[in-house]
Amino acid sequence: MIAETGHYALILALAVAIVQTVLPLLGARMRDPQLAAVAVPAAQMQFVLVAIAFIALTTAYVTSDFSVENVWRNSHSAKPLIYKISGVWGNHEGSMVLWVLILALFGASVAIYGVNLPRQLKANVLAVQGSIAAAFLLFIITASNPFVRLDPAPFDGEGLNPVLQDPALAFHPPFLYAGYVGFSMAFSFAIAALIDGRIDAAWARWVRPWTLAAWMCLTLGVAMGSWWAYYELGWGGFWFWDPVENASFMPWLAGTALLHSALVMEKRDALKVWTILLAIVTFSLSLMGTFLVRSGVLTSVHAFAVDPARGIFILAIMSVFIGGSLALFAWRAPLLGQGGLFAPISREGALVLNNLLLTTACAAVFVGTLYPLALEALTGDKISVGAPFFNLTFTPLIVPLLIAVPFGPLLAWKRGDLVAAAQRLMAAAAVAIGVAMLLLAVHHRGPWLAPFGVGLGLWLILGAVSEIAYRVKLTEAAPAEIWRRLRNLPRAAYGSALAHAGVGLTVIGIVATTAWRSEAIVALKPGNTAEIAGYELTFKGVAPNQGPNYRERIGVFAVTRNGRAITELLPSKREFTVEKSDTTEAGIHASWRGDLYAVLGDSLNDGAYSVRLYFNPLVRLIWLGALVMFAGGAVSLSDRRLRVGAPMRGRTKAAAVAAGE
Amino acid sequence: MTAMVWRKPLPALTLGLSLGLWILILAAAPAGAVQPDEILADPSLEGRARAISAGLRCLVCQNQSIDDSDAPLARDLRLLVRERLKAGDSDREVVDFIVARYGEFVLLKPRFTRATALLWFATPFVLAAALLLIWLAYRRRKAGGEGLAPLSAGEKRRLKRLLDGS
Repeated sequence: MIAETGHYALILALAVAIVQTVLPLLGARMRDPQLAAVAVPAAQMQFVLVAIAFIALTTAYVTSDFSVENVWRNSHSAKPLIYKISGVWGNHEGSMVLWVLILALFGASVAIYGVNLPRQLKANVLAVQGSIAAAFLLFIITASNPFVRLDPAPFDGEGLNPVLQDPALAFHPPFLYAGYVGFSMAFSFAIAALIDGRIDAAWARWVRPWTLAAWMCLTLGVAMGSWWAYYELGWGGFWFWDPVENASFMPWLAGTALLHSALVMEKRDALKVWTILLAIVTFSLSLMGTFLVRSGVLTSVHAFAVDPARGIFILAIMSVFIGGSLALFAWRAPLLGQGGLFAPISREGALVLNNLLLTTACAAVFVGTLYPLALEALTGDKISVGAPFFNLTFTPLIVPLLIAVPFGPLLAWKRGDLVAAAQRLMAAAAVAIGVAMLLLAVHHRGPWLAPFGVGLGLWLILGAVSEIAYRVKLTEAAPAEIWRRLRNLPRAAYGSALAHAGVGLTVIGIVATTAWRSEAIVALKPGNTAEIAGYELTFKGVAPNQGPNYRERIGVFAVTRNGRAITELLPSKREFTVEKSDTTEAGIHASWRGDLYAVLGDSLNDGAYSVRLYFNPLVRLIWLGALVMFAGGAVSLSDRRLRVGAPMRGRTKAAAVAAGE
Repeated sequence: MTAMVWRKPLPALTLGLSLGLWILILAAAPAGAVQPDEILADPSLEGRARAISAGLRCLVCQNQSIDDSDAPLARDLRLLVRERLKAGDSDREVVDFIVARYGEFVLLKPRFTRATALLWFATPFVLAAALLLIWLAYRRRKAGGEGLAPLSAGEKRRLKRLLDGS
């Protein structure tokens, strides 16, 4: 009954989505406010219905209702509760329901919080959202229904892929989807603007919070995936340029560019046409990410769907939305007109450079990801495009961008003074170069680029600090004045400084761990000791253990440093009995210098075990940086100027303050 | 007693090691790749073997190098690389030997050929095209002088009146 309720709710949601698409569009066209206003209750209703379906599916998982085929295939009664819940989206059908749920949540949020949006814009935005929901609901109902029943019901389920039974991976998809789907807001606003043939700075102010929220979620989602790969896959790598990773990285790059170009539009009414195009491209890349992962085009652990019919359905959805929106763009964009003028050296100019390099880098990832697929489809030739390709194409684009980042916020709008900005960054540059030189002296045997990489990361962090210092007149003003300025600085300024510093942290982490990682591959018998990076690890032997739904063998290592006991590392190999596959759990000891990372391998003959040890210096900065970027986004989002409708209140307040002074 | 340890700092600033993680999972036990018994006695030879292995794809895996793969085929290839090195082959000869047997697919960094020219040129081309577009847009704006349109006769008169009047 519960499953049928969920199924029925999905069908009702599809009907509501169609109403949400058609009536508001007509209403906006015929200038009928009542018809246009249908969008609001429709969007809310849609969320309620999809939520009912999602709850129904979750209930089936939690109660282990194996008469539902989807639950039977992806769950097992012995699984811990958290993985029963995460199993809902750990499979193709369920993850599509989550996708639509998040879409509906964004739509309902606009309906509820967008009270200050012009009526026509709101109607059009919600109509576009409705059309996306309708397409995906149709897909779910016809080609990937999660509520199909089995009769008779099997006794127990087949279990969830063991590598997905992990805390970070349980929450990786919801964040990733919130990012992907969140960019649909920017897309819907862009299409609405094209339908209207009108766009202004207010448009950018409305779009930015949604884009920022989506970007934050995507940042966290990508970071979680990378963190999971690091500790779960057993060799300490954190990014592999795998097509599935690239599929989530491309919307992130385009979304980052969109955030910055929308800023130009909000402040200077420039780059309008480009921002609209970027909004379309970002969501198109999100759709493509969904397609790549969901269609089974890439055979990988993410591609749960191997049914080509589904792939073609998603491809059709993608073609309609991408093709349609680009056609609309070509037709209507000339109406939007040009914006304010600016000199090449200006804040706008810096943001154009940001967009140029980010979108080109995105194009490099795009080509590298899709070229092998296209080549094989066209000629049958099979080639591989791996990390060496991306290192050669992506990195040279990103490095100049990172060098330029600290300059941007220090340049004035319209016409900036590069020399003055450089002077304000002198201290940051001096420290960064000094540290790089010092590192070069210490690590004189190379790799010689790495010290400059660390210097680049420091440059980003200190550049962000310099910007705040300059804005509060840290070197000139009296302490009271500095304090007043610190308090009055808009939160968005802190937000962007934090986010830029976060990028710096991530850069340092990536460079340090890639360049100065040490590795030891040893065969150890119980009682043997291995050394790495100043640590001594004594192998005590292997102990068996029984988990809730797996058996494991735990290697016990006593870790000492200069004879002092530090910790005990317990890497293990887990054997999942139901799913009949193994996972590796690395033993990791984190310190401020880096991670000591141990992996237990196979038992060799003569009682020895093959053991792999790594020391990954500063590796945690990679994810700490992502968290700082997320925090920067959150701080920026809390700025009242970014909130819908707030600018008017802000202005009156500013006027009141001015009048009071 | 200390066991035999082979240790090296990884080379160069490679952002992300070239490994497809996903199939590794499908290939059962993801416990790392190079086994202690494969390691060559000569550290410089072993270093070269590792560098070569990192650029060769494990054929039954997804975008993963033989250096990181557990698949039996990857092990065979690793041993083959080491065998060729011991026989005195140069790095290039080893790679050519493997490519001759397994095809271009085995290279994680595709060679520049007619089939891959577009792949390698795409990014520089996009960058150049984007730069050109920006430059054209900038020039058009500047020539158009939008927002800086010269004052009309009426505006000039009004301005003159305002300035003189004060």
